This record gives sequence, C-alpha cells and structure tokens, in this order.
Amino acid sequence: MNRFNRDDGMKQSFGIKVALGLGLLLMSAMAWGNPEPWQLNMTEGVTQSAAEVHNLHMIILWICVVIGLIVFGAMAVAIVRFRKSKGAVAATWSHNTTAEIIWTVIPVLILLAVAWPATSTIFRMADTTESEMTVKITGYQWMWRYEIVNYKGQDGQLNFVSRLDRDSDQTRQRGSGKNPADVQVDGENVYLLNVDRPLVLPTDTKIRFVITADDVIHSWWVPVLGWKQDAIPGVINESWTLIQKPGVYRGQCAELCGKDHGFMPIVVKAVPPAEFEQWLATEQLKLDEAARTAQNAASGASPAKG
Amino acid sequence: MATTHADHHDDHHDHKPSGFFQRWVLSTNHKDIGTLYLVFALIMFLVGGAMALIIRAELFQPGLQLVDPEFFNQMTTMHALVMIFGAVMPAFVGLANWMVPLMIGAPDMALPRMNNWSFWIMPFAFGLLLLTLFVPGGGPAGGWTLYPPLSLQGGNNVAMTIFAIHMMGVSSIMGAINIIATILNMRAPGMDLLKMPIFVWAWLITAFLLIAVMPVLAGAVTMLLTDKFFLTSFFNAAGGGDPVMFQHIFWFFGHPEVYIMILPAFGVVSEIIPTFARKPLFGYQAMVYATASIAFLSFIVWAHHMFTVGMPMGGELFFMYATMLIAVPTGVKVFNWVSTIWKGSMTFETPMLFALGFVVLFTIGGFSGLMLAIVPADFQYHDTYFVVAHFHYVLVTGAVFSIMAAAYFWLPKWTGHMYNETLGKVHFWLSAISVNVLFFPQHFLGLAGMPRRIPDYNVAFADFNMISTIGGFAFGFSQLLFVYIVWQTARGGQKATAGVWEGAKGLEWTVPSPAPHHTFSTPPAIDDSMLAHGNTAH
Repeated sequence: MNRFNRDDGMKQSFGIKVALGLGLLLMSAMAWGNPEPWQLNMTEGVTQSAAEVHNLHMIILWICVVIGLIVFGAMAVAIVRFRKSKGAVAATWSHNTTAEIIWTVIPVLILLAVAWPATSTIFRMADTTESEMTVKITGYQWMWRYEIVNYKGQDGQLNFVSRLDRDSDQTRQRGSGKNPADVQVDGENVYLLNVDRPLVLPTDTKIRFVITADDVIHSWWVPVLGWKQDAIPGVINESWTLIQKPGVYRGQCAELCGKDHGFMPIVVKAVPPAEFEQWLATEQLKLDEAARTAQNAASGASPAKG
Repeated sequence: MATTHADHHDDHHDHKPSGFFQRWVLSTNHKDIGTLYLVFALIMFLVGGAMALIIRAELFQPGLQLVDPEFFNQMTTMHALVMIFGAVMPAFVGLANWMVPLMIGAPDMALPRMNNWSFWIMPFAFGLLLLTLFVPGGGPAGGWTLYPPLSLQGGNNVAMTIFAIHMMGVSSIMGAINIIATILNMRAPGMDLLKMPIFVWAWLITAFLLIAVMPVLAGAVTMLLTDKFFLTSFFNAAGGGDPVMFQHIFWFFGHPEVYIMILPAFGVVSEIIPTFARKPLFGYQAMVYATASIAFLSFIVWAHHMFTVGMPMGGELFFMYATMLIAVPTGVKVFNWVSTIWKGSMTFETPMLFALGFVVLFTIGGFSGLMLAIVPADFQYHDTYFVVAHFHYVLVTGAVFSIMAAAYFWLPKWTGHMYNETLGKVHFWLSAISVNVLFFPQHFLGLAGMPRRIPDYNVAFADFNMISTIGGFAFGFSQLLFVYIVWQTARGGQKATAGVWEGAKGLEWTVPSPAPHHTFSTPPAIDDSMLAHGNTAH
C-alpha cells in the first residue's frame, strides 16, 4: 500500500508556514487607533482594560487556531490517505471510550485555563469605585448627550448634545453626489465617525460613566477604550475608563435604534488633565455667557427663545 | 425475503390521491407533506436570499446608493425572519417528515391530519409577514430579535408580525408533538432507542427543545402586543416595566432556537459521513449523549446574547462558564466525525462534499462562538460584524450546507432518479468558495470596529465590504444551480436503486426508489445487520 510519509512531512511544514504567516499577518495589522483600511485584528486600545481584552482575544484566538490546525490537518490527511480510489479498505472499529474521555477532559482543562484570566478581567472592569469624575451619557434617536456630572468633587454644569457632523450628514444622503472619501479632518477620513461637539476627557484620570437612554436602546462604544455598554431607557448602567494616551478616539452606536442607528457616532478627545480643566473652564464661561444673554432677552420685550 | 414481500406490498400501495387538491392540499401523507415543506423552504430561501442581496448591494461601497436606511432595516429584519422561520426550520421539518417514518419502519407520522395543518399554516403565516412590506409603515425594522422599545415604534407591521410569529409557533409545536409521538410509539419491533438512526435521535431531542421554547417566544411577543395595544408596561420602564426583561425572555427561546436549527444538521451529517466512508459512525452512543448534553446546556446560556446590557457580575460569570462548557460536547461530535473518516474508504459524491464542508466550516463558526463566550472580549465583539460572521458560518455553512447535503443524499430515494453528479459537484465548489469570500472578511470588519445593522460605513471598512458583497452575489447565484438540479432530478434522470449508495444502511434504504406512497404498512421484520447501529455492543 502507499506510504504517505513524505506527503505527511510536507503537509506538516506547510501547516507550520501557514500558522506563521497567519500570525505575522495578525500582528502586523494591529492598529491602536481608529479603524484602518484592511484592518485584520482588534485594537490594543489606549486603556489597560482594552489591553487586557485584546490579550484575552489573542489567547482564545490562538487556542482555536491550534485546535483547528490539528483537526483540519487530521481531516486533510484522512481525505488523502483513506480514499476508496487509492484502494483503502475501511476499518470496522466504531468506538473507543478512552478516546471520548480524553477529548472531553482536555478541552475542559483548556477552557479552565482561559476562564481564569477572563474572570479576573471581569472583576477589574466591574469595579467603578474610586473614580475622579462622573460623566452621564444619554442615548437619543439619533444623537448622544453628555453631561459632566462631577469633576474632582466639583459639580459640573456642562450638558451638551453631540451629533453627526454636517459634512458626513450631507454626504450620506442618498443621491447627494458627494464622495465619502472627501470627508476628512487633518488628512484622516472621518466619514460617519465625526461629530459637531466631541466629548473631551482627561487622560490618567479614572472616569465613571452613568449611561442611559431617552427612547429606545442604544449602545455606547469606543473600541480603543475596550468596552461597550448598552444605553437603556429607564435603566442606568455604570462603566469606567482610564485613558492612558491623549488622542482623538472614534466610536459608534452599537445597538439598532432605528433609521439613523448608523449615523450617531461618538468622538472622545482625550487631553492631559491640565488641558481638560482649561476646556472645562472655557465651556463654563460660555455657559455663563449664554445664561446672561438669555436672561437679558427674557427681561426684554421680545419673547424668550426656547 | 422480507424486502421482496415489502416491495410487493408497497407496489400495491403506490396509489396516490387523484387530483391536485386532494393530493397536496388535503395530504395526510408524510412523504408529500415532507415535499411540501421542502419546496416551501426552498422558495423562502430564495426570498430571504434576495433580501440579503439587497443588503449586500447597498453595502458594496460607502455612501447610500440604493435604499434608504428605513428600508435597509426592514431588509435586515425580514431576511433573518424569513431564513430562520421560513427556510431553515421548515427544511429540517421536511426532512424529518420524509425520513423519520422510513427510518423507524413506521407507515406514517402518528397524527397525519395534524401534520397537514402544521404545514398549511406556514404559507399563510409568511404571506402575512411578507405583506408587511407593502402596508403603510413597511415591514418590521427593529431586527429579528424584536427588542422593545424600538420594535414597538413600528406601525401596522407590529400586529401583523406578531400574528405571523404565533402561526409559525403553532405549526412548530404541533410538528414537534407529532415527531415525539411517532418516534416513541411507532418504531417497528426490534428498533430499540439505542439502535435508531442518529438522525432520528437528533430530531427526537430537537422536538423536545421546540415544545419547551416556542411557547416562550409566544409569550414574549404577546407581551409586546399588549404593551403596544392594551396599555401594559411589561417592557416600558416609565410604567414600571423593564426592556431588559424582554431580552431575557426572548433569548431563553432564542438560544435553544439556534440549537433547534443545528441538531438536525448534526443528525444529517452523522448519517452521510459513515455512508461515504463505508465505516460505522464513531462513538454512536457518545454522539447521542453529546447531542442530549448540548440540548440541556442550551437552556442555561441565553444571556450570552446580553453581555453588554449591564448584568450583575455573577450573571456574566455564570453565563460565560456555561457557554464555554457547551463547546465541549460540540467538540466531542467533531472529533467523532473525524474518527469516522479515519481509516475509512471514502468516495466524494456531492452529499459527502457538503458533509465534510460542514465539519470544517461549522467548526470555524464554533471557534468564533467560543471567542464570543469570553465576556471581556465580547465587549468588543458584541453587535459587530464579528457576530454576523459567527452566526452565518454556523447557519449557512452549518445548517444550510447540511440541508443541501441531505437533499443530494435523499433525492434519489424521493424521486427515483440520480441527480447529475457533475452539476452537484460544481454547485458544491461554487458555494463553498463563495460563501467563504462572503463571510470570512466579516470577522475582520467586526474586529476593526464595524457595528452590525448599519446601511453605511466609514471608508476604512470599504475593502472587506466590497469583497464580501462579491462573495454574496456569487453565492446567491450559485444557489440557482441547486434549484435547477433539484428540478431536473424530479423530472428525470438515471434510475436509482433502493440502496442508492454503496455504503448506505438502514430501513429507509430497503424500500424502492422512489419510495412508494405508502411504505411499511405492515411493520418490517428487523435484522440488526440491516441497521447502521444494530450492534448493541456499543
């Protein structure tokens, strides 16, 4: 009968080449910012949570790749070797209790090994205590409202709505004739990933979010932060983040919420704490100014604007 | 000897009812009702497929070119409802109707008239559902998962969709009752439970899942109906209710539902692989216990669809562990299939190609499922194209491929003709290649950050979307070849023998091809050597 030794050897080294190639491919495409063309893998993000999540993802991915290579490799060998056309004669055995036990117990052990770090990350990500500021996020059809509830002990007054930017909004209309590739900021394409008023947040500060919605279920997601949380009307969900790197980070609503679900993005602008405090002060001044103007208009003859 | 006697008897019983109405509308024959389900499922598959092509066409490039977002959301919602309830489930019921009585030596299903009604509800249910696309307000657009409050923002479609779902549920429940009654009461003498074909076991277990969870779906959608029209507040926080409760109730149905859609597939593949490997299924009893374990575990994992709703940590942990656990019996099945072909003597006719394709590609879908089970990782995967890739791998290259495998496997028995083997192989390769071009890039899109259920996207996602769409159109048009093959085989072709396939074993292969209208009017005398699992040593 045919000995397939040489074929087995070639198959083995081919398998190793495929595994290496795949690994390199995955490594090379790791972006840590906003989505990149041809991006293959999850972002490593800009928080410790995102890094842990990325790590867990890579662990489970590699386990699956290895098991896949073993199983599909065995199938490939079988398909080549045990063909009737090559004169293979079928064996008659049909069960082996020891084998069943082995390939039940080993997967359980592998899963336990993954469950351990996953559990500790869950514990870590659930701990919203000892935060230094609180931001309230409210999902609407089809925009987000941000309120700085509290910053380092001070109650905030900042409360604003963040909508899809005008350029994207005009371009996305059917038959607009405008090209999505042209919606750019600083040379980066931001089509459907830009807003009129971003949420500015301080780096190196533990920020607690309280998240809800006004109408239907939405979901707040900025991939580089490492998590998403549903915004549910009548429910207040809690999350937290600690951004390690300044930058502009973009995300999207992640729960179907009606016709413009795809058109209510999120932009977080992370800046050093000093810069954040400056921004907060400036915004506060604008608020005071606006309140004064409104007061003057109200006390005048003209009807107050809503 | 027994066969000849059965032949003579069956020829005598090949009289079909005369007239279209009598034969098809008033049918109480498991074979004809099976055919009705399969033809209905094929039509629905093409309807759902057309909706998918509208989706993929819009997603071909960034920007909105073809449809408005409201209609796009109707397409995603309806595509899923049609495929799940109109294509996959009825197809498996059709296979059960045709094959379960034949496999256990029964003359028909236990309740033939109820069987008729189970089928005939379906065209009306889907007529009603598809009608929603044409009423003011259009079809349901809140996703097939119908989450409130969004689903309740619909207009006329809310009541119509709910009524249609109720009709489908009644059909499924009655069908499941029929299957259990048939399998438990009408097996021919000598057909012990642990000698039954594994397809029969798969359907016995699936039928219990159906009876357990279809009423739960009915309850969930009825609460939607009363919230919309009768002033209840089950899911309205302002009235003291909770939108998340809907998700718990829905997914308590929804998770067993996906196992309802895959256990019969496991059964089909477990019949086909031993046949073409000319070797018994490895670990028959282990396969039965694994199927039962999967069914049991499917009841305690539902909240893995809800990891981002804000569940307490204990809940997240429990559902993560339970979901990871379900990978174990599933893996056991894959190892057993591979052990079946190891040291076999294989030929690669079309059913075997689809069955082997199933094992590889369903396993890939299983891997992404295991990844999704890891809660912190799921925070990044949830509601992205990574999930879309996962469930399409398990449902298309899983369930749908197994249905096609079954069709090729049993068409000769149903029609009396061999299908065109060359065309079958062409259909397989076109499908297998295009389906991967269609869905594999969607893993990358999800990991890169593309949410699901969006009609337009940033240019960073453009390349893989374009590739996916090309795969989608190739896959879609390849299925027209399947329709042609089936139709051509029904009309004529090389005559099929009773046994059809060299390695085929079982009672269903002892009756002529095409199977006479009435078979096993007297129970067959069973010789253990006729059965695939007649050896009780394992």
